[in-house]
Amino acid sequence: MKILVPVKRVIDYNVKPRVKMDGTGVDLTNVKMSMNPFDEIAVEEAIRLKEKGAASEIVVVSVGPQKAQDTLRTALAMGADRAILIMTEQEVEPLAVAKLLKAVVDEEQPGIVLLGKQAIDDDCNQTGQMLAALTGRPQGTFASKIEVKGDNVEVTREVDGGLETVSLKLPAIVTTDLRLNEPRYASLPNIMKAKTKPMATKTPADYGVDIASRLTTLKVEEPAKRQAGVKLGSVDELVGKLKDLGVVA
Amino acid sequence: MSVLVLVEHEGGAIKDASLSTITAAQKLGEVHALIAGSGAEAKQAADAAAKISGVTKVLLADDAAYANMLAENVAPLIAGMMSGYDALLCNATSVGKNVAPRVAAMLDVMQVSDVLSVESADTFTRPIYAGNAVATVKSSDAKKVLTVRGTAFAKAAASGGNASVETVGGGGDAGLSSYVGAETSKSERPELTSAKVVVSGGRALGSSEDFHRVIDPLADKLGAAVGASRAAVDAGYAPNDYQVGQTGKIVAPEVYVAVGISGAIQHLAGMKDSKVIVAINKDEDAPIFQVADLGLVGDLFQIVPELTQKL
Repeated sequence: MKILVPVKRVIDYNVKPRVKMDGTGVDLTNVKMSMNPFDEIAVEEAIRLKEKGAASEIVVVSVGPQKAQDTLRTALAMGADRAILIMTEQEVEPLAVAKLLKAVVDEEQPGIVLLGKQAIDDDCNQTGQMLAALTGRPQGTFASKIEVKGDNVEVTREVDGGLETVSLKLPAIVTTDLRLNEPRYASLPNIMKAKTKPMATKTPADYGVDIASRLTTLKVEEPAKRQAGVKLGSVDELVGKLKDLGVVA
Repeated sequence: MSVLVLVEHEGGAIKDASLSTITAAQKLGEVHALIAGSGAEAKQAADAAAKISGVTKVLLADDAAYANMLAENVAPLIAGMMSGYDALLCNATSVGKNVAPRVAAMLDVMQVSDVLSVESADTFTRPIYAGNAVATVKSSDAKKVLTVRGTAFAKAAASGGNASVETVGGGGDAGLSSYVGAETSKSERPELTSAKVVVSGGRALGSSEDFHRVIDPLADKLGAAVGASRAAVDAGYAPNDYQVGQTGKIVAPEVYVAVGISGAIQHLAGMKDSKVIVAINKDEDAPIFQVADLGLVGDLFQIVPELTQKL
């Protein structure tokens, strides 16, 4: 079984985003960029499924600028087999990404598409579900455990009330949550080896997908800032303040 | 404009988050509530939804296939109903986040996730970058699909309405997925996302035993829900449904008490709209103090028991 893992190049998890003065977006010039953390978890899970013998090949795909090559190389260094870059300098919304991925799914026929549940830049949490709709496949979102069982995959999902397990008919779409696994670091030999792994470069036009945005961002602002309050000297002071707030009698 | 709201329910009762979503929906137009579920509980939920102030019609889809809100079954049901509506609103909960994008793609609509405010019929604000920025977006799609952040809207009154209940049918079981089971945390405490007071613990608690030994009595004293940072959940001190943050739950209680939480931006994203933030941490430079109204620097293992006892 082939596994397809879409990955996105985003602002690094540890960088504090700064809103541009002109209100058009978040300033990404000279900011460290990395693979979206949830996608890293998806790559790791695909590798583990391959190591367990449940998968035969791992294809990674990214929709993004030329620099998204670096993100794909990272996935190859972790253990993916080959990569597809669908290159565009335009910002692409989840619906259009899902349409591009549908075209890739039609070509590659993966048994499982493993995606991060959301990207930490736009925080949309949509692409996997949309891809599932477009391909007519079942979806196991927010996965904390994945088990392939014959013609089905059992996915344990992190839901508001705790954990929930669903069984999906393969082929299926699965999106990862934080506690699915801890991604490995690529070793130096594997980083070297990744440089020679195949990477195809395509454009959205190659798949005949219209990527025009449906949403227009009118402005981007910093949220209202909280003022730092006071540091108290003792528990008694805190008890007094909490009583003033009416939290306790 | 006519708006369909997917109303979440449990044990025949309407979830609080849906009451907030109904308030958001009322800003767009006439509100119909969809109750998808199975049997007596769904019927009871439909009767409860009919009483919600602002709901003019309730649509009840009663089928075993909808009992567990499997997206493969519920999304086609909703998509099939959308010819009669201009907008679909769902909660930004694990159910809404799972179902809404599947419907949106079926309708060829780009969803607006996590709506914080309705500026006009096609313009909304939403958080991006873990809430470090707020974007105002205008949708050009003919129909809108939104998920709504519950803490950003007041709850609609659960009584006062008198809507009619109609039965609707859908395709039932799509045959793609089945529900295996759930492990849900049962607790006597209030629900995390709607509690007036939340006490959250971080990695500094050091173990699951200490997490519960220190945090639970304080929460009990305050009648509070218990939350946790991602670090504490990852370390296994607390279950996943306690997690507050960018990818966990979003809370905005009257009082949020952060115990041994340093305050990573991802955590702040989930609680910075709380009215009063209290931080207890031994590191006086911890970022949590930059957003806390009341801070106490010191050893939580001494401070929290003392606080619990003195309250």
